[in-house]
Amino acid sequence: MIDIADLSVTFGSGNRVVHAVRGVSLSVEEGESFGIVGESGSGKSTVLKAIAGLVPNSNTHLTVQGRPASGKRTKADRRLMQFVFQDPYASLHPRQTVDEALREPLAIHGLDDPENRIAQALSEVGLGVEHRFRYPHQLSGGQRQRVAIARALILRPPVLLLDEPTSALDVSVQAEILNLISRLKQANRLTIILVSHDLGVVAHLCNRIAIMQFGKLVEVVSAADLRSGNVTSDYTRALIEASRGFVRAVD
Amino acid sequence: MSDPLLSVRNLSVSYPGRTGITHALKEASFDLGRERLGIVGESGSGKSTMGRAILGLIPRPGIVSAERMDFMGSSLIGNSDRDWQRLRGRRISMIMQDPKYSLNPVKRIGDQIAETCRLHLGSSRKDAEKRALSMLEAVQIRNPDTVFTLYPHQLSGGMGQRVMIAMMLVAEPDLLIADEPTSALDVTVQNEVLRILDRLVRERGMGLLFISHNLTVVSSFCDRVLIMYGGRILEQCAARDLADAKHPYTRALIAAAPSLDHPKSELATLVRDPEWLK
Repeated sequence: MIDIADLSVTFGSGNRVVHAVRGVSLSVEEGESFGIVGESGSGKSTVLKAIAGLVPNSNTHLTVQGRPASGKRTKADRRLMQFVFQDPYASLHPRQTVDEALREPLAIHGLDDPENRIAQALSEVGLGVEHRFRYPHQLSGGQRQRVAIARALILRPPVLLLDEPTSALDVSVQAEILNLISRLKQANRLTIILVSHDLGVVAHLCNRIAIMQFGKLVEVVSAADLRSGNVTSDYTRALIEASRGFVRAVD
Repeated sequence: MSDPLLSVRNLSVSYPGRTGITHALKEASFDLGRERLGIVGESGSGKSTMGRAILGLIPRPGIVSAERMDFMGSSLIGNSDRDWQRLRGRRISMIMQDPKYSLNPVKRIGDQIAETCRLHLGSSRKDAEKRALSMLEAVQIRNPDTVFTLYPHQLSGGMGQRVMIAMMLVAEPDLLIADEPTSALDVTVQNEVLRILDRLVRERGMGLLFISHNLTVVSSFCDRVLIMYGGRILEQCAARDLADAKHPYTRALIAAAPSLDHPKSELATLVRDPEWLK
């Protein structure tokens, strides 16, 4: 479905150049849920943005459904994948109602019957008709993230890219959104790439997980191996250990 | 048990508004000894409000009332600004979530820490600098001499948080309130910072009020836990017994978190019961 070969991304130039991603190669199968974990600055979000074509100076061979997707993207390319961002307040226009936010992608891609599509998209993510003409500030964080997911899925893309979709939410709301994502994934046979710093979230939603550090791919493991600690690198082991909570030093 | 460090009875905080009074905190009662007490809750549960109320930092028009709020035997109720000034930073300190917003961006790290000593301990300039340096060492900053001369923007998140801890502890307070001190940090750095806090609390015999939304961190780090919801303390228990908590809200919170060790096909969602707020 998605193949990345030797992805490198740099920001800046001269002696202030930052290598955000160095030589990452990945392939994601159709219908798979693929996770990317790492700490801040590991390049995990940059990889996701490069897949979506949101990073200007990436140097890569990226193919989506067998077609090269480097360089300028066409509308058809963009329809293949849609993005859900971390902070639903920042990613929704504060002066657009939910209806307007959902109408925009339909207008851009020239899809017919927006009324029904919007109503259906809202009911898919568990929002009612009463939410349709509200502004983002009239919605809770979880509801906003539902709108962002509805907006991404209204074009019926085969691939959904999620960048920390629940890290701005409370645990109880996170549970609702994660359940929603896995239900939508089943119903629409989506391929998902999820970026998160939370090992629990990634292991819950994904079958295969890539661990990144300093812009490099450390390893790719299955969710079961991550849970059982059957991993090869010390860094992954340290991450697993740290995510289980605080261990008092024995002295 | 000796007298508690902090004893709070029926502490309430409310904000009058156009549509009526909002009760941010309602009748909270608890005791804190020289221990690590965790406060967990989701956003809006009143956990930060509680931390701020103890330090007298509730802004106008907020109304704070309490039947009792005793710190080391003396009451905090009705403290004047002057009284608070003597307490804050000296006897009670607070670590905020994000060092980016809590450090003075135009002042060197060393000077900020030394200022605390000069202000609260009346140290000489030389002595204050010496204390600041040794405090930076105590929070395990590798090259304290260099960090001493840096500005906040030159530090990473983990370093910034350590500097905050150094600044708050240099006056050797008896009570430390930490409001989400590690939430902005990566997990591996988070545990380093917790280890430093843990050591300092044990060595200096401080009381620590640890406010967090992260159940895993609180249950593994603290001695006791208060669970808050809608401005109320729902339950208190020993941190190691959190997994066997009684209150349905606490149980639901634990069940809602995806765990690495216990895979679930579907996460439990929370059904809020209005009864909990009675």
